Amino acid sequence: MAIGLAHYLTVGAILFTLGVFGIFLNRKNVIIILMSIELMLLAVNINLVAFSVFRGDLIGQAFAMFVLTVAAAEAAIGLAILVVYFRNRGTIRVEDINMMKG
Amino acid sequence: MIVQTVLFYIFSLAAVGAGAAVVAARNPVHSVLFLILAFFNTAALFVLIGAEFLAMILVIVYVGAVAVLFLFVVMMLDIDFRELRSGFVRYLPIGAFVGMILLAELIFIAVSWAVPVTIVGAVAPAGATAISNTRALGDILYTRYLFAFQAAGLILLVAMIGAIVLTLRRRADTRKQSIATQIARTRAQSVEVVKVPVGEKV
Repeated sequence: MAIGLAHYLTVGAILFTLGVFGIFLNRKNVIIILMSIELMLLAVNINLVAFSVFRGDLIGQAFAMFVLTVAAAEAAIGLAILVVYFRNRGTIRVEDINMMKG
Repeated sequence: MIVQTVLFYIFSLAAVGAGAAVVAARNPVHSVLFLILAFFNTAALFVLIGAEFLAMILVIVYVGAVAVLFLFVVMMLDIDFRELRSGFVRYLPIGAFVGMILLAELIFIAVSWAVPVTIVGAVAPAGATAISNTRALGDILYTRYLFAFQAAGLILLVAMIGAIVLTLRRRADTRKQSIATQIARTRAQSVEVVKVPVGEKV
């Protein structure tokens, strides 16, 4: 049985769902939430590359590169915010981040 | 063909298993290591499908930069992770419920989506024109998408500056060298000759 587009899309769907599941499961740990977001972006990349290859259009891979760029920037900024937050508060509990709530 | 099928299942199962371990691992360091494993297996899937350049970029950028950044932060912050895991079981049912619905919907779409027959099984763009995947990607990235490419560079620059601005801290108790003050010192300011009488204190 040849591997088709649906196989790759299924792998992407499972990884994306795992990312969503991880955000639900680890609601107190910002680091795991950031890692779950990385998993979801990885799933998006799998979808883009699979469509790009199976439809014979290279633009999907170019777009996947931009997704990768944004993911790297997001990880850097997110972890910087996390470090500053930990320095100020001494904890990274998500529930404590409500100082800006009205 | 059979080799590709077997390899696809090995890599995708490993990627999915590593992804599950990322969200379920007790220790965040293990989570990061499983994330690296998931990235590696996805890169292998990309190689299998014929997107070599993105596979290498994935290994270099994600494993080499992002995952190591995560590892640094996890090890740098002194956090009681056991306390952060409380509520894990409480959110399990709702998380599993939402996840199952989402997964079922996504897989329904993936398998039932009507792909035009002529396009299924089309050769990869790199193979069709006998130029490598990297070259083909570069051909469109540096011509048609030049401005988008530069915007991506700008995003990285902003991210770099933002991260530095956020984490740079000026502490009041650190002592820094002030070269101008050192050079401007004169002999009269720095040396004092004291005549000490015999048998007395200064």
